[in-house]
Amino acid sequence: MSANGSVGLVQPQRLTFAENEPFQLDSGASLGPVTVAYETYGQLNADRTNAILITHALSGSAHAAGYHQPDEAKAGWWDDCIGPGKAFDTNKFFIICSNVLAGCYGSTGPSDPDPATGKPYGMHFPVVTIGDMVRAQVRLIDHLGIDSLLCVAGGSMGGMQALEWAAHYPYRLKAAIPIATTAHHSPMLIALSEVGRQAIYADPAWNNGDYYDAGLKPDAGLAVARMVGHITYLSEESMQQKFGRRLQDQVRYGYEFRSEFQVESYLKYKGHNFTRRFDANSYLYVTKAMDYFDMSAETGSVAAAFANSADLRYLVLSFTSDWLYPSYHSKELVSALTAAGADVTYLDVQSSWGHDAFLLEVETMTKLLSGFLERLVQSEQVALPAGFSPAASPKEQSKTEAAA
Amino acid sequence: MSDETEPSAPPRPGLSSGSPVLLRSDLLAIADMVPAGSRVLDLGCGDGALLEYLVRSKQVTGRGVERSEEGMLACVRRGLSVRQGNLEEGLADYPDASFDSVILSQTLPFLNDPAMILSEMLRVGSRAIVSFPNWGFWRCRLEMLVAGRIPQVFDLAERWHEAPRWQAFTVADFCDFCHHLGFGILEEIHLSRSRRLSSLRYKNLRATTAVFALQRL
Repeated sequence: MSANGSVGLVQPQRLTFAENEPFQLDSGASLGPVTVAYETYGQLNADRTNAILITHALSGSAHAAGYHQPDEAKAGWWDDCIGPGKAFDTNKFFIICSNVLAGCYGSTGPSDPDPATGKPYGMHFPVVTIGDMVRAQVRLIDHLGIDSLLCVAGGSMGGMQALEWAAHYPYRLKAAIPIATTAHHSPMLIALSEVGRQAIYADPAWNNGDYYDAGLKPDAGLAVARMVGHITYLSEESMQQKFGRRLQDQVRYGYEFRSEFQVESYLKYKGHNFTRRFDANSYLYVTKAMDYFDMSAETGSVAAAFANSADLRYLVLSFTSDWLYPSYHSKELVSALTAAGADVTYLDVQSSWGHDAFLLEVETMTKLLSGFLERLVQSEQVALPAGFSPAASPKEQSKTEAAA
Repeated sequence: MSDETEPSAPPRPGLSSGSPVLLRSDLLAIADMVPAGSRVLDLGCGDGALLEYLVRSKQVTGRGVERSEEGMLACVRRGLSVRQGNLEEGLADYPDASFDSVILSQTLPFLNDPAMILSEMLRVGSRAIVSFPNWGFWRCRLEMLVAGRIPQVFDLAERWHEAPRWQAFTVADFCDFCHHLGFGILEEIHLSRSRRLSSLRYKNLRATTAVFALQRL
């Protein structure tokens, strides 16, 4: 574990735009007004050059670090890496994290009221893409008065957003850190997404997405979707270590169909827990956005997509046991970036944690992130913010599990 | 990888104006062949000592390729741009002539396809700088003659049966090989332990380590 200071209590913030002129989406549809929920940690320096945007994964939120309440048990989802003295050092950097469009943690999504009807959008919410999510983030960065981000960093779907930023807004960032991600969602990834969505559709309580006033939510469907997801975030090795073939609360097989194995109870618990914090329709929209993600769609190749982004610096990371976004996806991306002439640092980090490694391999990631960011600080001559406050008292860290 | 072996001499301070960079004498010989401000790719860059020296003291635009996680972490800590990669897979990602110099330091004996890697180096770079331990050194010859054993060359930690496996060759072998491949020798520096030989006479007998700069003829 790295030197750990906490950013302490943090304040959720909101930006609303597109109240008069609707926000145009990739699909051709439009949306408005749009609210983006966000948090910031650390301080912006005088010339506004020390800002880093953190982009979250499928089930993440703008709450990346610190606590909303003094007595909260769990810190933000990437608290291990964001804070004073940590990889994304809030003594040096101004960190921004926002909830994605179509999410359910404060940014406009299917659970929000449709201004046309006054009732929740449900499936009337327009389909959004990773590009749309990034365009909403651009509006936020504009609002914060930042011309150029020092970098955009994120894992999994967050990595897709970092790539989208680099390819489409190269003049608005100096570096991108895509972690455990891919340049295009493969058929296998689409297939896994679809299993999750089908589980939700199959739940009668889903009711074509119209369940917000019914008092009954498609929890069973969403829980199954999350269980499938959780399997893909682990590796066979980490499951073996975590659960083995151990039974939950019995010594012998019961020869019956209740959850006997530890791994079964774990998945059930995780699935159930998820229904208390996530909206099923958001799950549909956000997984759909990932399925549409393909950096080569417009240009014909990944390398061509980054042709105008070769001046950026890239830190690409993958994990040896990640079979959801396997190393060869990252290597393909690294090859394309190298062919485009970009400055790429790449490491396939040894880990047995599967896809979840991007949240768990804190020590190695801290070394890599801080080394890479330090080089950026020097080459871009980034000034430290004036009068930053010293590290808050370190608070007991709780490991964020699977915000993927 | 091979940069992890025992140093050939006590490191001496480099020319950097900032914090002193300590560099082995064979690495300094390579650095002397690199023009200031040029674009450099260091293959098998190990912990990044040479590349950091080149970036700081010669203001090169440096890129590295390294196989080990340990080496990678050291390089990133030094603020270098390094890619994890396996040289046996070639340099296919790199466009033609994208570097001025491509360096292969003390790694050639470990590679399965030397012709491929040298050709790739001279495809992506206009010059290749190659250093290697010389099995033609007189003590190696004597050991073979007297003891009848494959000599353990100076500067190489691994023995013949250890991983990574090496293939012994001499300065004369290397010169023949370059001729055969159609590569010309631009510069050469020969070291006897850490000391540079002042003349090229009997270099294959006298050198423990050789450094060559090559180009396509």
